[in-house]
Amino acid sequence: MYKIVKKEMLNPSIVLMDVYAPDIAKTCKAGQFIVLRIDEIGERIPLTIADFFPEEGLVRIVTQAVGYTSRKLMNMNEGDSFLDFIGPLGKESEVENFGTVLCICGGLGIAPMFPIARELKKAGNKVITVIGARSKDLLIWEDVLREVSDEVYVTTDDGSYGRKGLVTDVSKEILEREKIDHAWAIGPVIMMKFSALLTKEYNVPTIVSMNPIMVDGTGMCGACRLEVDGKTVFACVDGPEFDGHQVNWDLSMRRMNIYKAKEEIALEKAIKGGF
Amino acid sequence: MPLNLNRVGMPNREPDVRNKDFIEVAEGYNDEMALEEASRCLNCKKPLCVGGCPVNIDIPRFINQVTKKDYDSAYYTLKEFSLLPAVCGRVCPQEHQCEGVCILNPKGAPIGIGRLERYVADKFRESGNEEVLKKEAPTGKKVAVLGGGPAGLACAYDLAKLGHDVTIYEALHTLGGVLMYGIPEFRLPKNIVNKEIENIEKLGVKIELNSVAGRVNTVEKLMKEDGFDAVFIGTGAGLPYFLNIPGENLNEVYSANEFLTRVNLMKAYKFPEYDTPVFVGEKVAVVGAGNVAMDAARTAKRLGAKEVYIVYRRSKDEVPARLEELEHAEEEGVILQLLTSPVEVIGDDCGHVTALRCVKYELGEPDEGGRRKPVEVPNSEFDIPMDMVVMAIGQGPNPLLLETTKGLELNKRGNIVADDEGRTSIDGVFAGGDIVTGAATVILAMGAGKKTAQSIHEYLMKK
Repeated sequence: MYKIVKKEMLNPSIVLMDVYAPDIAKTCKAGQFIVLRIDEIGERIPLTIADFFPEEGLVRIVTQAVGYTSRKLMNMNEGDSFLDFIGPLGKESEVENFGTVLCICGGLGIAPMFPIARELKKAGNKVITVIGARSKDLLIWEDVLREVSDEVYVTTDDGSYGRKGLVTDVSKEILEREKIDHAWAIGPVIMMKFSALLTKEYNVPTIVSMNPIMVDGTGMCGACRLEVDGKTVFACVDGPEFDGHQVNWDLSMRRMNIYKAKEEIALEKAIKGGF
Repeated sequence: MPLNLNRVGMPNREPDVRNKDFIEVAEGYNDEMALEEASRCLNCKKPLCVGGCPVNIDIPRFINQVTKKDYDSAYYTLKEFSLLPAVCGRVCPQEHQCEGVCILNPKGAPIGIGRLERYVADKFRESGNEEVLKKEAPTGKKVAVLGGGPAGLACAYDLAKLGHDVTIYEALHTLGGVLMYGIPEFRLPKNIVNKEIENIEKLGVKIELNSVAGRVNTVEKLMKEDGFDAVFIGTGAGLPYFLNIPGENLNEVYSANEFLTRVNLMKAYKFPEYDTPVFVGEKVAVVGAGNVAMDAARTAKRLGAKEVYIVYRRSKDEVPARLEELEHAEEEGVILQLLTSPVEVIGDDCGHVTALRCVKYELGEPDEGGRRKPVEVPNSEFDIPMDMVVMAIGQGPNPLLLETTKGLELNKRGNIVADDEGRTSIDGVFAGGDIVTGAATVILAMGAGKKTAQSIHEYLMKK
């Protein structure tokens, strides 16, 4: 059992949890993910690691109530435990001193960007971070990202905070005005797609962190297949980070919808279950 | 005494009833059937069956004990050689092993060894008797077993019996490997697997679940920091192969591993009671004709698919699945689309599967192995309307551990190179099962685990 030592609502739909998993906390690296299962009837879901504390044995996850399992997870409290918590999975981010790095992240993607930005900063890069959300109350971790970035730009879709518009709008201005050597983009698939399309115009190598549907997370099932550079890869063992300019985005977006009809049945169950 | 060539058949549930649920198909012998079948055994002086068994069970002895109704002794005879008799009695390809070499096989009536094995194991389990486990005095040697499937379990069991301190590291949330995620409930009930695995824990083997080999615990760390004297790698053939044809990443294309894992391990057949969903089409093509393909096809049928096809490029004679699995699948309404091979999965704009494009094959000249090679018929392309495709064309070695283990020699296919004793290129590191041989059977993996346990034991005692 893996105990939730800390739970904090970052906004009404996004939750942060520190989970006691000392082996993972000791060995995990930026860019990797875990798979968890809440209880005996639960499904296995992957979450990219948002931070880790080897001394305390804690792994930090941040997630949003979107599907059935994430709602169920949101209903858990400090002191509760996950039945299973597996990791670290996937490959770590390949960080080096590139020069100036642009970190584009949106929504829930802001959380997993943090440990990567921290590594980038540690490696000597100038880190320029663009974070975005639909509105001010949905924005998370501006202060956290500021700690590891040289510059932070904020956008909201509705203009309730920072610049009105999309993360790609501000990113374009940055790419226009200074030389960017490398970029990372983490967020909803559509955001990563357009970020990658943008940086391609400027020939800036861009890493994206894919979060497709998974079951085991160890290469056993192939649910997480993607096409990168025309070849089929497994996000769990070959990724989760890939060259954003080579990802077949439309395929990835389609594959997110496989269980749409089932998700409605599950949501009915969530309502009955009171969450 | 004249030869009795009346092999006692296995009672099975009605096809039209069983193909709608996940309750076990084969009902097992009752006492009379078992006695009758056991009494047919000739108790050969030089029993060929023992040599045909990958773990060399003393088959005539246990069958003789059945004839004397000494069921407990029969059970302990099985357990001398095999950790999982209730499992093996159900899933071993006996027709190619013990029963295949039975002296009565040429007469078409080999002894139902698998059925009797299952009968004995089930009878003991249902008796509720506590199993007596014998264990040697502690040796003070520590062994790490990576992978809790058939190979790892068999290896751990024998090492623990020999007095070693054994820890199993398993990536999934349960022990059993393919017995839990791959083979369906209707062929191998999970409570039976769990019951047989319990003995591992009773023997004092430590079990670390959710522990992905090569991640938290690398081989190097286990040996240098954690004080293990030897490591056994039994991580299996986990990585599913695809055909690499266009359209293979459409939404309703599954690997058999994913489809079966969702249903068996995650219990998607009980969705929404269980949280994990699975898609099931109206018309489902399963590509491949091994046991895994049969399992996937029969599972799809049970989940409500109207038409389920096995798409296989050779003919019925070459089907690699056990005969029993093929027969059961056909009885349950699975359609064989033989001498056919897919070239493309066709989909619509939203990424949904609409058809499987195939070409026809015919059998040509025999290859070196004597199997007639399938040859494509020119201009024979045709589409079969489908809304789901399951790829069941085999699995390769899982790379997770291998890529973090320096100095471990692999062959061209990415399998670990190990000698007959399970020794790898690293001193103190042993391997066995599918990770060495490529995807094979439960019993071959168990046999390798068992044999390697013996060589690990010798290695440890010399050290």
